[in-house]
Amino acid sequence: MSTERNRYTEFRPRWYRPKMSTWWWLKRWSSLAFILRELSSIFIAWFIYFFLRLVHALGRGDAAYREFLAWAASPGIVVLNGITFAFVLFHAVTWFNLAPQAMVVHLGGKRLPGALIAGANYAAWVVATALVLWIVSR
Amino acid sequence: MMARRSIEPLVWILFSVGGVVAAMFVPVLLFLFGFAYPLGWLASPSHAHLVAVVGHPLVRVLLFFLCTLCLLHAAHRFRYTLYDGLQLQHLQELILLVSYGGAFVGSVAAGVLLWQFG
Amino acid sequence: MVDRITVEVARYRPEKEAEPSFQAYEVPCRKDWVILDGLNHIKDHLDGTLSYRWSCRMGVCGSCGMTVNGEPKLTCATFLADYAPGPLRVEPLRNFPIIRDVIVDIDDFMQKLSAVKPWLIRDAEKPLAEGEYRQTPAQLDEYKQFSMCINCMLCYSACPVYGLDPEFIGPAAIALAQRYNLDSRDQGARQRDEVLSKHEGIWSCTFVGECTKVCPKHVDPAGAIQRYKLSSAMGSVKDFLMPWRGK
Repeated sequence: MSTERNRYTEFRPRWYRPKMSTWWWLKRWSSLAFILRELSSIFIAWFIYFFLRLVHALGRGDAAYREFLAWAASPGIVVLNGITFAFVLFHAVTWFNLAPQAMVVHLGGKRLPGALIAGANYAAWVVATALVLWIVSR
Repeated sequence: MMARRSIEPLVWILFSVGGVVAAMFVPVLLFLFGFAYPLGWLASPSHAHLVAVVGHPLVRVLLFFLCTLCLLHAAHRFRYTLYDGLQLQHLQELILLVSYGGAFVGSVAAGVLLWQFG
Repeated sequence: MVDRITVEVARYRPEKEAEPSFQAYEVPCRKDWVILDGLNHIKDHLDGTLSYRWSCRMGVCGSCGMTVNGEPKLTCATFLADYAPGPLRVEPLRNFPIIRDVIVDIDDFMQKLSAVKPWLIRDAEKPLAEGEYRQTPAQLDEYKQFSMCINCMLCYSACPVYGLDPEFIGPAAIALAQRYNLDSRDQGARQRDEVLSKHEGIWSCTFVGECTKVCPKHVDPAGAIQRYKLSSAMGSVKDFLMPWRGK
């Protein structure tokens, strides 16, 4: 693959340049996991659309809110939200697990171990979840 | 610093913040409003209570950031998924328009909805 | 009686073939033999025309990287017996042009490596009389991990982004740039930033993470790239919020 900058010389008569398959990510489990992780983006966008419909319904009154809940309980939407939930969880877990590779935190002149940084992320997740639960269902 | 006028670092930081926000808040919100309340696993909160919550100015601002950051995160990631997964670099202009354009339209819609709320 | 294992080696002879094919050889599968031992057995006893690179056979020189059953591996550090009963496939490293058999062209990597200036850069050297540049163990720890790179190119072979866009500067070059950027004796971060902060620098990377998984020396190039993205982005945010800062 390399670039054309590499000059032709008589001792390098012919390179063979294999082309990367479009479906390279189906060949290994870890590549497929990567593509699935990236595809979580579609489902996050869907959630925002779903959430804005809720906000819209809330703004139009109690009846519209009930209608929204009934729509959200219809089989198609429940299935779609089920898939979305799986992808969103996959996004969250991979995101928190990879955080220590991007973040290096020093405390008192010492570098904190990666497990602690990931742990702090998970702790924040628990707090955020509890906070939302408390506000919404109070 | 002359060379540093690229927009890429800013887009990346918004993508990352969006990733954190999505990971922190989307699972619980989806669990509540996608399953627990519609399917009756939990008693759904009253309309009046939710209107009071969403109507709070601070909550509205936070929800606007939630929507905008999540959409930007999704757009950025989706764009690169098309490059990596389907090798569509030659459709770059179209992909940029659809992904970031979509995020922009969604953000405006979120802004209008939250601004006019109540 | 020693067990035997079939090794299918990719052959490419540009003077007479248009594309590579596989040739199978049967080699002894000894408990203490690595794949490179098997290749040397082929070269010495079965087929002297087989071409491959190797040197130190102890995981230091970084020249015997090949694709083994689809995974990039150092053949001197991968045991034949782990692939028993076989057959196992040995191919050239992916994402590089193939010159002959399992030998790939590494010019592109060499150019990228030198582009990030992987050496200590000083604005001005201090006089010899002032002594050496001293470093505490904590300062050493900051970059030590990245200094373990042996330039074996397994990370380039594993990286789909490099496979799709050969202009990408790539995992090892960025990790080595960080090895010097994080060195307390170095002052060259700004020069390296010109290469790293381009699109073909760090921003092409989509954090697939394969480079880190295949690295035989636990360098974590993916971590190096994300760390650089983070610090570069923080710098940009500061420039954006405080345009009067810096110049």
